[in-house]
Amino acid sequence: MLARQSSLHASDRELSRFHFRVVLAAFAVLAALSLLGARFYYLQVVQHDYYSTRAEDNRISVVPIVPNRGVIVDRAGIILARNYSAFTLEITPSNVENLEATIDGLSKLIDIESKDKRRFRKLLEEGRSFESLPIRTRLSEEEVARFAANRYLFPGVEVKARLFRQYPLGSVASHAIGYINRINKRDLEKIAEREQTANYKGTDHIGKTGLEQHYEFALHGETGYEQVEIDAGGRAIRSLSRTPPVQGSHLTLTLDVKLQEVAEKAFGDRRGALVAIEPSTGGILALVSSPTFDPNLFIDGIRTEDWDVLNKSRDRPMLNRALNGTYPPGSTYKPFMALAALETGRRTAGQSISDPGYFNFGGHHFRDDKVGGHGTVDMYKSIVQSCDTYYYQLATDMGIDAIARFMGQLGFGQRTGVDLDGESEGVLPSPEWKKRRFRRPEQQKWYAGETVSIGIGQGYNSYTPIQLAQATATVANKGVMFRPHLVKYLTDSRSGEKTMIEPEPLRRLPWKPQHVETIKNAMIGVNTQGTGARAFAGAGYTSGGKTGTAQVFSLKGSTYKESSVKKELRDHALFIAFAPAEEPQIALAVIVENGGFGAQSAAPIARMVIDYYLLGKLPKGAAEEDDVKED
Amino acid sequence: MQEFLARAWRGLVAHLDTPLLLITLMLMAAGLPTVYSATYDANSHLVPQMVNMAIGLCAMWAVAQLPPQKLMRFGVPLYLVGVLLLILVFFFGIKVNGARRWLSLGFTRIQPSELLKIAVPLMLAWYFHKHEALLKFRHYVVASLLLLVPFALIAKQPDLGTAILVGAAGFYVIFFAGLSWRVIGGLLAVAGAAAPFAWTMLHDYQRKRILTLLDPTTDPLGSGYHIIQSTIAIGSGGNYGKGWLAGTQTHLEFIPERHTDFILAVFAEERGLLGNGILLLLYLLLIGRGLIIAGNASTLFGRVLAGSVTLSFFTYVFVNMGMVSGILPVVGVPLPFMSYGGTALVTLSVGIGMLMSINTHRMLVRT
Repeated sequence: MLARQSSLHASDRELSRFHFRVVLAAFAVLAALSLLGARFYYLQVVQHDYYSTRAEDNRISVVPIVPNRGVIVDRAGIILARNYSAFTLEITPSNVENLEATIDGLSKLIDIESKDKRRFRKLLEEGRSFESLPIRTRLSEEEVARFAANRYLFPGVEVKARLFRQYPLGSVASHAIGYINRINKRDLEKIAEREQTANYKGTDHIGKTGLEQHYEFALHGETGYEQVEIDAGGRAIRSLSRTPPVQGSHLTLTLDVKLQEVAEKAFGDRRGALVAIEPSTGGILALVSSPTFDPNLFIDGIRTEDWDVLNKSRDRPMLNRALNGTYPPGSTYKPFMALAALETGRRTAGQSISDPGYFNFGGHHFRDDKVGGHGTVDMYKSIVQSCDTYYYQLATDMGIDAIARFMGQLGFGQRTGVDLDGESEGVLPSPEWKKRRFRRPEQQKWYAGETVSIGIGQGYNSYTPIQLAQATATVANKGVMFRPHLVKYLTDSRSGEKTMIEPEPLRRLPWKPQHVETIKNAMIGVNTQGTGARAFAGAGYTSGGKTGTAQVFSLKGSTYKESSVKKELRDHALFIAFAPAEEPQIALAVIVENGGFGAQSAAPIARMVIDYYLLGKLPKGAAEEDDVKED
Repeated sequence: MQEFLARAWRGLVAHLDTPLLLITLMLMAAGLPTVYSATYDANSHLVPQMVNMAIGLCAMWAVAQLPPQKLMRFGVPLYLVGVLLLILVFFFGIKVNGARRWLSLGFTRIQPSELLKIAVPLMLAWYFHKHEALLKFRHYVVASLLLLVPFALIAKQPDLGTAILVGAAGFYVIFFAGLSWRVIGGLLAVAGAAAPFAWTMLHDYQRKRILTLLDPTTDPLGSGYHIIQSTIAIGSGGNYGKGWLAGTQTHLEFIPERHTDFILAVFAEERGLLGNGILLLLYLLLIGRGLIIAGNASTLFGRVLAGSVTLSFFTYVFVNMGMVSGILPVVGVPLPFMSYGGTALVTLSVGIGMLMSINTHRMLVRT
């Protein structure tokens, strides 16, 4: 009780200090709120005339001026994406009393189709009634004149000059270039994340795929603005000040669009992909995904009919097979396997095996394509004749871990980091991968028998064409590895300053030069006396290559007879190549879906592409299928 | 029967503070039509805001029923839960517009920083109360650390508005608990010296907002836009305003966030200086009443909590009105009982409820 008393006494001082602070706080609050009161008085009384002028009579509006989007050109300066100006007829719905009557009235003057009306309704539903929305795009001069004469009848309707994106070469390289389309909600979030919201005021298109998407913020430029006085109806009266926009950067590609065209034509109406890379830089020379589509269809919002055609096609033209198609590499995997064997010391080039036509693993026979076998096979012959038995044995000797380690270094099963979004990873099989991939314990275990077919590029192996091309380019470049990229440099539109992409190699693989030579020699052998010899007969340059076939469906015991199998179930044909062999300027990977054997349909495409690139030879049409039945 | 009703009524209102209740109701009465005016063109937020207010008033009543000793017990658990949630946000929060403030519960998302506006003053008030008899310098250090942890986590999200409110609420507790003037002076000196470093720590957009404040015309499309448009709205309101639903700035959609953080611009445009004056007076009365409650409180806990809650209201009002009228940078702080938003309304109502509790349970504590 006493203690409590004294503590009460002690707190008397505390209490009076507290009261002092409360009074102090009260004064501070009073002062601060008075300051606010003074600010309100200043704004609402002293400056009232100024502000009410700004608000009432001449509402000042800041109008964004959308910058011109950067232009995309190929390595030779050929334009792939540009802008052109055209007149559009636009309605600001909030300034129109009767929207239906206005649209009907306009239809009598200017041809407005039902698809135009549908698109306009869609924009309206997005809640943009305060914006100026296009009802017709690309007006002719005559239509502009006709509207101008009757303009007084249509308050809230205007003709505006707008810039449109155009892809002059149409469907050529559409998977690389991509397209732009109207900004949607998800795009807005992306813009906000990059803190570009202010810069996108007034912009209504954004890159959706390809380079248009990946380099969006470089291509876009800086929005300018104009302060204009607008009357009560929202019409601009006069301009007060103007800050011009800054055009977006231009992209100059490593892509050679002429080569691209040759490659696309070579595919004809077949499905597949091709990636051609300059080995010494990693610059992509051609990136084909067949079939393609016309990006111009998307710019104004694609018509439903067009979208249905693209979307429902069984050939899936919107899929970028070069980046998102994953295929077993088949026998094109063999040169890399052989290099792995040399580098890990599991084989020397001279060591040979004797091939009876099958490989016995635990009582199970893994078949070779050639009935009766290839006889005595060393490394050179194993690549030139594509002997499976050699690689069944090799894979078993190396073990899955060593294979996965070497192939991982070569970029298999990893995104290459190409300057396009949404690249697939593929699958580099390993015990760790299986553990991640499967959930049931018995599925998670790696069985030694599964390693056998990994050696010939089958089994769980699954890679994108761009990974295969990168690995080929790396071997052609003696282990100096680059990130594949499409853009050579960006040009700042104001200063003209160029920003180069990728002068530095990604990594230098420490391979012994004689090992690389062995592999390259064997690949040259493929194109002179092996499975690629027919396609490259009389080429006029030396080249290295390797054919491959990826099984689409497994044959249980029976032999593969192409004619008896339906086209969709035919194997995928693959081919990798580099040329000229001495100093490779081009390395590529080709896949033709359901093309049968690699030598049959993929190698002739590679020949056409390399012929054009090295010799400037233009092909006559699509590559024809050679009548070759070996691989 | 009549007697029973009378007794029930007395029980119901026993712990309500009439002046505080009246002021709150008047502020709500000013806010509701303004929310309607700000939103009726597109989709009216009137009914949801009425629901929010009803929930707020219920929360206020419920908190007022709890005696301060009970309130005190919430301090530690609320604080711990709050900080834990903030840590979860730090690691697993959802990113919206570049800021990581939200935690997903699957069916809904919560913003844990809001909880800290209540938890921090409760926790610190409890802490000082517990060590009341022998407050040493180290207690102030510990209290500062307790404040710093949630403050830093919120500032990092980044959410400068909430960080300021939480930081201020905690600081007020420490201040009213008797932090010596020498330390306060020292802190101010350190803060002054550290300002250039703090500048480098700010996010780009935060820096931009401060620069924009100095000259809004440098960024008329971005953050300067808010300030330019809201000062035009306020200034054009004049003495008596343009009248309800007649604000051109509002209805031509020149004012961004006009039903939430920038609602004052709508109110000032339509109600003029007269409306603003009344609004300022109401807030002054609210704060005055709060300070009186703090002054009369019988325990250290009650005193510092009431003081902190009251000055927090002041902080809301000053920061919000300051930014809308262009004398403070733009940060996300709502205007109490005016801005649309359920979370803020409940938090503020709980604050009022705590003031009521401290005031009406006073006598019981003494005997």
